[in-house]
Amino acid sequence: MSKILVVTPVESDGTLPQAAGEALGAAITLKEMLEAELCIGIWGQDVDMAIENLGTDAVSSGFKVEGEAFTVSRYASDAAACEAICRQAKADIVITPDSVRTNRTIAGVAFRLNGVSDTHITEFKIENGDLVVSRWHYRQRILAHLKRSQRPWFISIESGVFIPPQGDSKVPSTEALSVDVNDALTRTTVKGIETPAGDEQTIRPDAELLFVAGAGWTKKQPDGEVKAAQAADIILEFLKESKSSLGSTKSLVDLSSEGAAVLPFMTQLNQVGQTGSTPRHDKGLATCCHGEEPHVVGWRFVNERRVINLDPNCGWAHGKADVLYVADAFTVMQKVNELLGNQ
Amino acid sequence: MTNLNVVVCAGIVPDPLQTLDPVQTGEKPGLRNEMMLPHVLDPWAGHALYEAAELVKETGGKLYVVSIGPKAKLQQVMMTIAQKVPFQLIAADAAAGGFSDSKQIAVQLAELVKQIDGLDLSNTLLFGGWESASRGAGTTLQMVGEILGVTDQFQGVDKISLNDDGSFKVLERIEGGKHLHSSCSGAPAVLGWATGYLPEPPNNPQIGMTNMRTIMPALQQAKPADLENPELTFTAVELPKQKRDTKIVKDISADEIAQEIIDWIKSK
Repeated sequence: MSKILVVTPVESDGTLPQAAGEALGAAITLKEMLEAELCIGIWGQDVDMAIENLGTDAVSSGFKVEGEAFTVSRYASDAAACEAICRQAKADIVITPDSVRTNRTIAGVAFRLNGVSDTHITEFKIENGDLVVSRWHYRQRILAHLKRSQRPWFISIESGVFIPPQGDSKVPSTEALSVDVNDALTRTTVKGIETPAGDEQTIRPDAELLFVAGAGWTKKQPDGEVKAAQAADIILEFLKESKSSLGSTKSLVDLSSEGAAVLPFMTQLNQVGQTGSTPRHDKGLATCCHGEEPHVVGWRFVNERRVINLDPNCGWAHGKADVLYVADAFTVMQKVNELLGNQ
Repeated sequence: MTNLNVVVCAGIVPDPLQTLDPVQTGEKPGLRNEMMLPHVLDPWAGHALYEAAELVKETGGKLYVVSIGPKAKLQQVMMTIAQKVPFQLIAADAAAGGFSDSKQIAVQLAELVKQIDGLDLSNTLLFGGWESASRGAGTTLQMVGEILGVTDQFQGVDKISLNDDGSFKVLERIEGGKHLHSSCSGAPAVLGWATGYLPEPPNNPQIGMTNMRTIMPALQQAKPADLENPELTFTAVELPKQKRDTKIVKDISADEIAQEIIDWIKSK
């Protein structure tokens, strides 16, 4: 019988992260497909609250590593805790959530256990008795389905694909493991979290709408003037009224290094596409952006797409958007803001 | 800190503007006419390279680039990259691509790092892109670090600031557009870069000529690397099926468009 292990750290308040709930949901799906045993491993300062609130009765056993050293997001201590759990659990499949913290850790841990790892998994299926997983290659341009015979197999699932369990929790019997916190684990000290410069947080992963601003916002307008300050006001007002998340193209982000007019709140963290993020939102509205392939690969998981652009033959027109409005984004977005303000 | 070295692990990928069409090539999938496609340095690895060049300028150390790829394609990419910053290339010849296993790549990259003459790992930072534009797994550098015994690792790095005592501050990207600020007591460490803050350096033909004197011999000496993994099987590869039927709306007023957008945003 296969044994599936879900491993995750807890949040600083002791709760299970949303992504870990999704990993648990994925593992429950896999448990049913493989008729496998399911266990969980959690590390952090105090993990009991997370173990008591799994939202499922499908987990048969648990493992935990607790201590102050395991509170912070740090490769050396996270890998040590995760390794201890995996060695004790002896699972052949290890499911991990899609978080920066676990994605930084699992490949190294898999290597220590002579295992293999795959990240950004979007689907499981059984083909001829073998587990086959799906993931995107070449920045969401090619979908591949693959299987492996080597175990343990560490599988990091893509966020937003699986649903966290919402049922009654049954607390599994949990074994506490100890990890030697030596100097090698604490060479790195976490100092804290820094938010980007600017008045407002513009990246909202949970927003329904992604609003993308392209380089056109800072270029000369029909009257021959550059109106970057006005563009910034229009965009910020729209973000405030619509509660959307702000994305950008690479060219807009690059403008600052070229000495051109910039939007002061736009950083490379907003960048969507080839060298940016691939966010998940129900809807996306692109403005002053030409829809070139390196940018549009970042839209793979945006379901409904609308665009405002002056060029009816831009890249979006070739099957990449649902609706292309051939219009001046400055004018249209001002009108949109007026309408939003009146509601 | 003086003489701090940086080793950048950098792959090459097809130019993102090219059309990619998956095909079966022997045991594993590949890209149609892959050897004909123009290639570029993997974008995030490129950012790592430019950040590394600035860093060694500050410390007086040496910059190495280790890369695995088909010799002909490596040469094509190096003709461009060599003009950007001074570095020494250590290469292996293999058909590395998006369907190669990251574990095999990591093993070979670690071997290349070990081959660098006189490299003191305790005074070295290992750089690379945090994900490639081909596999996009974000797993290779961690394994290279593990093989080399480097367990201070950072991914999605946007900034490193060195202190006089050899310690350094790192900003890593985390969820929600924020950065995790950490401090590490010193090298060795692995840093997988996101975009960083530096622009691409302009071409400098003089640097290019100096670099190519060592790059060409390095390419000639590049040994074949075995990337086969019989325990990995691709059962299928496919292009996304969904192509949208784009509706192009023109000749209506900005007011009408604005109202349509509002209705769309508010619809469930």
